[in-house]
Amino acid sequence: MAPKHPPKARLEHSENVAGGAAADVHEAHHPSGPLRWLLTTNHKEIGTLYLVFSLTMFLIGGVMALVVRLELFQPGLQLVRPEFFNQMTTMHGLIMVFGAVMPGFVGLANWMVPLQIGAPDMALPRLNNFSFWLLPVAFLLLLSTLLMPGGGPNFGWTFYAPLSTTYSPPSTTFFILSLHMAGISSILGAINIIATILNLRAPGMRLMDMTLFVWTWLITAFLLIAVMPVLAGVITMMLLDINFGTSFFNAAGGGDPVLFQHLFWFFGHPEVYIMILPAFGIISVIVPTFARKPLFGYASMVYATASIAILSFLVWAHHMFSVGLPLIAELFFMYTTMLIAVPTGVKVFNWITTLFRGSITFETPMLFALAFIVLFTIGGFSGLMLAIAPADFQYHDTYFVVAHFHYVLVPGAVFSIMAAVYYWLPKWTGHYPDERIGRWHFWLSVIGVNLLFFPMHFAGLAGMPRRIPDYALQFADFNMASSIGGFLFGLSQLLFVWVVIKCIRGGVPAPAKAWDGATDLEWSVPSPAPLHTFETPPDLRRVAS
Amino acid sequence: MRKTYVLAALIAGVAWLERNALADGWNMPVGVTEVSRHVHGLHMTIFWICVVIGAVVFGVMFYSLFRYRRSKGAQAANFHEHTTVEIFWTAVPLLILVAMAIPATATLRDMYDASEADLDVMVTGHQWRWHYDYVGEDVNYFSNLATPREQIDGTQAKDANYLLEVDQPLVLPVDRKVRLLMTSSDVIHSWWVPDLAVKKDAIPGFVNEAWTRIDEPGIYRGQCAELCGKDHGFMPVVVHAMPQEEFDAWLAERKEEAAAAASGVDRNWTLPELMERGEQVYGTICASCHQAEGQGLPPTFPALVGNQALLDDLERHIDTVVNGVAGTPMPAFSGTLNAVDIAAVITYERNAWGNETGDIIQPSTIQAQLSP
Ligand code: HEM
Ligand SMILES: [Cu+2]
Repeated sequence: MAPKHPPKARLEHSENVAGGAAADVHEAHHPSGPLRWLLTTNHKEIGTLYLVFSLTMFLIGGVMALVVRLELFQPGLQLVRPEFFNQMTTMHGLIMVFGAVMPGFVGLANWMVPLQIGAPDMALPRLNNFSFWLLPVAFLLLLSTLLMPGGGPNFGWTFYAPLSTTYSPPSTTFFILSLHMAGISSILGAINIIATILNLRAPGMRLMDMTLFVWTWLITAFLLIAVMPVLAGVITMMLLDINFGTSFFNAAGGGDPVLFQHLFWFFGHPEVYIMILPAFGIISVIVPTFARKPLFGYASMVYATASIAILSFLVWAHHMFSVGLPLIAELFFMYTTMLIAVPTGVKVFNWITTLFRGSITFETPMLFALAFIVLFTIGGFSGLMLAIAPADFQYHDTYFVVAHFHYVLVPGAVFSIMAAVYYWLPKWTGHYPDERIGRWHFWLSVIGVNLLFFPMHFAGLAGMPRRIPDYALQFADFNMASSIGGFLFGLSQLLFVWVVIKCIRGGVPAPAKAWDGATDLEWSVPSPAPLHTFETPPDLRRVAS
Repeated sequence: MRKTYVLAALIAGVAWLERNALADGWNMPVGVTEVSRHVHGLHMTIFWICVVIGAVVFGVMFYSLFRYRRSKGAQAANFHEHTTVEIFWTAVPLLILVAMAIPATATLRDMYDASEADLDVMVTGHQWRWHYDYVGEDVNYFSNLATPREQIDGTQAKDANYLLEVDQPLVLPVDRKVRLLMTSSDVIHSWWVPDLAVKKDAIPGFVNEAWTRIDEPGIYRGQCAELCGKDHGFMPVVVHAMPQEEFDAWLAERKEEAAAAASGVDRNWTLPELMERGEQVYGTICASCHQAEGQGLPPTFPALVGNQALLDDLERHIDTVVNGVAGTPMPAFSGTLNAVDIAAVITYERNAWGNETGDIIQPSTIQAQLSP
């Protein structure tokens, strides 16, 4: 079953081949000046572009969330009208999912996949440039809809028809166009990642030698290729309903609004795993580094990831328990959803066993990784509760669901990206991130995020529906706490921006192997990593047992 | 010493959970039906399962974090797999889940069995109000939010039932199996009353089924649960459950009222009469989109005040209100308002806010269009 050797411990063998002199040759035909960033085909520069884009979107989406939290601070309508409130919740969701989390992971993949598999670059560098530059165009278009007559998208990030078709604002066609562009970007990025991992691994690196980060991204990329076309299909059907008189989702014309939900969630559920599998990979790389002990159950981690990916195609209707599916379908989706919690649990057990009898230190990346394990697991627990269909009738479309997915996505996916940034900043910039500010950022974020999202469980159970701009008086305390937590969390992210900028500017210089417990291939190249690395692939054949 | 503290903290934590987090207003209500009690039971079972698993998992985790700190001189071991352990922790959760699936399946089957109901009510979602129709009884009406605008805008103190009050609740008999048939006239809504553990989507083009049998007379409140546009937050559900005799009396009274309302159709109405009735209809039904002063919210909801195309074409005005406008949010009111209400509201729209056409539309004219 499992490989006989831990798939690590090969640094010494590749130290001499990395970076260095060869880089200079390339400098000559590397674009420079203002066009440098527009034309670059270098995986590190494109990775940086993705990460900067992701951070920008995170801050814009965050401001929108704060508008929502400010309105919900007290009962009554104070700050915004319901029309605008709906645009804020919708745009917040769309921007965070498609603009912040997904591009954040793609940025990390761009930087780290080639470095972790000993490849000189991504397999398709020009395509890489194109996939990135689609994104700013897509999101400028999306943001511009806010200024159009009738406002921007206001039908929730799940844009259920017919609210998003017959009843939508005129700007919806632009929303569809921008989502198409973001989707193409994701598909192209995924193709690139698969091509890179399957073709450009250093000689001697078998699939079961790859880091979990590379593995989870490989599987994620397949998920992306499988489901982004479904999203493209469903938004094209919307486009036709809106502009060309078709009735795919229009009951008055013989169409089926429930079909929309099936198609959306057939994309949507794998999509939520697209946002968490790379996070699993990151945590599986960081925890062993700071526990100074190989990852427990490497093989079962790979199998668990693969089973989650396969199962994720079979659970979509757990988002639709209340639409009136036949009993048999309801039961099927309840059972599969309960089942998917098992491989998810295996992952958590493996991380914790990795900690057991380690030699643990608590640098900032490790703090974020540990918080991930605890808080993601809490999100998994509420997921398990939501899987129980009869109980889900009570939870569905309440703040309980909002609490669930924010636990898995914020202290889950977002914390993993932050952990990754703190972990790899020394490699990217050549300096350690400021440990003191990092700790402040961590603790304020952890306190803020829990104050923000934990009370939402209670609000939901007590009966507060999601996506409402005003609420009954019994929900007031929960909402006030959430809003305070929201501002604490939101403002703490300025510390993150500060840490990153400070680290780019200077700081304690980092050696090639910045963390003493690190074993993966990226730590064999100098810090900061030169523009071109592994032009001669490291030969790993000698260590293969 | 340390152990005592940990134990005390644990006990305090569980006590706090019991007293606050599991209490009313913090937790799912137990509700007033057999189904709602089962659902609550499932919820608490899966909750405690999660608490126990969490205690074990986080216990081991925090133990490891304290015990194996490098600062305390911990040396890392080097093990990285253990097949027995791995099989064990895959199998045990699986078994727990199977055990959980059994009662969940039973409850779900029960919830899906809407057969042999004593009473059928058709529930139709509209932007942004509910419409109830007692099937076969000729009683039907809209149920609108009754919280005054001033409370929402904060110029008046908020009542205890802020946003959860309607003008006419859904009235149901207790101890009877009531079947609720859900549909929608526009977008998807979702009818939800936590105390009944009923939440079912109301979807245009579909008729969904749910049922309930309420044990105790009382007033039970809920809200629309599916985002349905701008006033999604302002379409509460209120159920008033009463003993059968009281319910019968209520139903008889409603039937008489309906008959009285319909009787006005034949006589001639004066302008002031129509304006008065029309203003009331406009305020509850039309103003949420076309706004209080008829100014609309363009481009989605057109203005009525000074809308010359409309004011010049009475036929079109009537047709729009009676039959709706396909492909837009404007619904047909032929099935939900009677001829008097429609005539009154059209008259009002053509003579209010400076629209001075002087047109008087008689209910009989509308009646001719409703039943050709
Ligand atoms: C133990 C694993 C999990 C289970 C059993 C689970 C189960 C569920 C269920 C049943 C729902 C539907 C709730 C409802 O609308 O009534 C749901 C919603 C959701 N879950 Fe999970 N979940 C799990 C993990 C995750 C993960 C890892 C993510 C993403 C990182 C995630 C993201 C979401 C999102 C975004 C929604 C809400 C979508 C929306 O309606 O806006 N879940 N989950
Ligand atoms: Cu899902």
